[in-house]
Amino acid sequence: MEIRYWNKEIETADREKLRQIQLQRLKSIIASALKTPFYSRRLPSVGIHSPDDIKSLDDLRKIPFTTKDDLRQNYPKGLLSVDTSEVVRIHTSSGTTGVPTVIYLSAKDLDAATDIMARSIYATGTDKTDILQNMMSYGLFTGGLCMHYGAERVGLMVIPAAGGNTKRQIQLMKDFRTTVLHITPSYLLHVHSKLAEYSVAVSDLALKKAFVGAEPHSENTRRKIEDLFDIDAYNSYGLSEMNGPGVAFECVYKTDLHLWEDAYIVEIINPKTGELVPDGKEGEVILTNLIRHAMPLMRYRTRDLAFLHKESCPCKRTHRRLSRILGRTDDMLIINGVNIFPSQIEEVIMKIPEVGTNYQICVEKQGALDRLIVKVELYSKIFMGEAKQIDNLKAKIADELKASITLKPAVELHEPGVLPVFEGKAVRVVDSRPKL
Amino acid sequence: MAKQLHIFVENKPGRLKTITESLQKIGINIRAFAIQDRGDYGLMKLIVSDPRQAHLSLADMGCACALKDVLAVSIPDRPGNLHRLLGALADGGINIIDAHGFVLQPNKQGICVIEIENLAQTNAEQVVRKAGFDVLDDDQLNNL
Repeated sequence: MEIRYWNKEIETADREKLRQIQLQRLKSIIASALKTPFYSRRLPSVGIHSPDDIKSLDDLRKIPFTTKDDLRQNYPKGLLSVDTSEVVRIHTSSGTTGVPTVIYLSAKDLDAATDIMARSIYATGTDKTDILQNMMSYGLFTGGLCMHYGAERVGLMVIPAAGGNTKRQIQLMKDFRTTVLHITPSYLLHVHSKLAEYSVAVSDLALKKAFVGAEPHSENTRRKIEDLFDIDAYNSYGLSEMNGPGVAFECVYKTDLHLWEDAYIVEIINPKTGELVPDGKEGEVILTNLIRHAMPLMRYRTRDLAFLHKESCPCKRTHRRLSRILGRTDDMLIINGVNIFPSQIEEVIMKIPEVGTNYQICVEKQGALDRLIVKVELYSKIFMGEAKQIDNLKAKIADELKASITLKPAVELHEPGVLPVFEGKAVRVVDSRPKL
Repeated sequence: MAKQLHIFVENKPGRLKTITESLQKIGINIRAFAIQDRGDYGLMKLIVSDPRQAHLSLADMGCACALKDVLAVSIPDRPGNLHRLLGALADGGINIIDAHGFVLQPNKQGICVIEIENLAQTNAEQVVRKAGFDVLDDDQLNNL
């Protein structure tokens, strides 16, 4: 198999060399972090007053974890190390409540993130002769734009199709001889189910590869995608807090994802104790971003569960491989690639006087796609007796939820007192999608 | 003005039954009914012997229900009369949201229960009377 490297020196550097790069970059990130309101309080409290207080990579563990809640509480600018005049882009992602989390990138940060993205794309054997149809949503979500820039850097022809409108997507694939897709696995399966409807056969298309990500999926789903389209599907991992896709990516061997350790320090911990677990053992992924200075983020608790492989990869890359994401340590739902916290839905519902406080969140499969159903009870005292009132209320709830969680759920209004009453929060969510 | 009891019910087996059951328990007589289907839910619309009592009782159970003013029109049971009534309303620019009707005495009297858009702001009652129909008030409708 032909192995191509975007940056062979870094990608195949020996572990000691990688550690040196990490240490040097970590010190530099500490210098930037000390300029932020958040870390300038937090770092001195653990005895870190300057980059020189980091003597070895082991000192990383002195730094407390940073959580999504920290990001939320310090929204919007508490982790910004530079004046906004130095910032060239922001992205946001959903917070656990109405407050989103934001990342800032300087021109240099964006350049570094783009280079890592390009490296990921190139590692799959994709090159400038390829045509990428980027079917992730553009905008505040990192998945669309960050992939776009990385692909342009490799020199691909990029079709910024964004998500949705399956008919047009298939037309674009046909007309422009798309060779590579960037897409969620569920949407890709949905596209396949629609081909016949538009009288298109897989053989009418020129597809060779798909980069699938933004939602957890199993090896079986990958195989199904590969068989249905006769392509290679590469798993990708990223999160907006770490600059989006391209934190870890599969190489041509497709045996889990090389995590680019010159750009990110990865730790796997026991989520209950915070203790490191050895390679091969499942735990929560903790990431330190080494390439973003405008908004430093260290020891970030991703809440994703995975493990690191012990064995090396035949591609000779020395960057360790991260397993597929095996689950979450929190109650975040991933619905058609969109991250949603039940608490976001609750917050919206509680502000609507026409519904009661009891609710249920249901997620199910409809064909290949996920479907979100929010069930609420009508507050009996407000009912005026008209169907129009009920229909307007349903539309209002759906619209307000869409404004918060970015996707529009189906809203079901129920009679007062019929939804099950639960003590805890988690049981309000009924996820009937097949387990991975 | 005549009152009709509107009840929000989910589209699920057994929901209507719980309503009729509780009305039976307090001795309410259902004179006429209609169900407006809205997909995953429906509105049950009842003409009953004591609308206020029925409303209070269902509301106490936690039901989402409401009393609505409706136009209850007495129509002679003869060909062409519904057409005449609708014509009068149409000419008056009055919009009907929903309606149901029933025959009280075959070949003699029928009743048409009509929900009018913004009823209070219209002169629907006059329009109907002018067209030669009787409009029933609350008591007349309940004690048919």
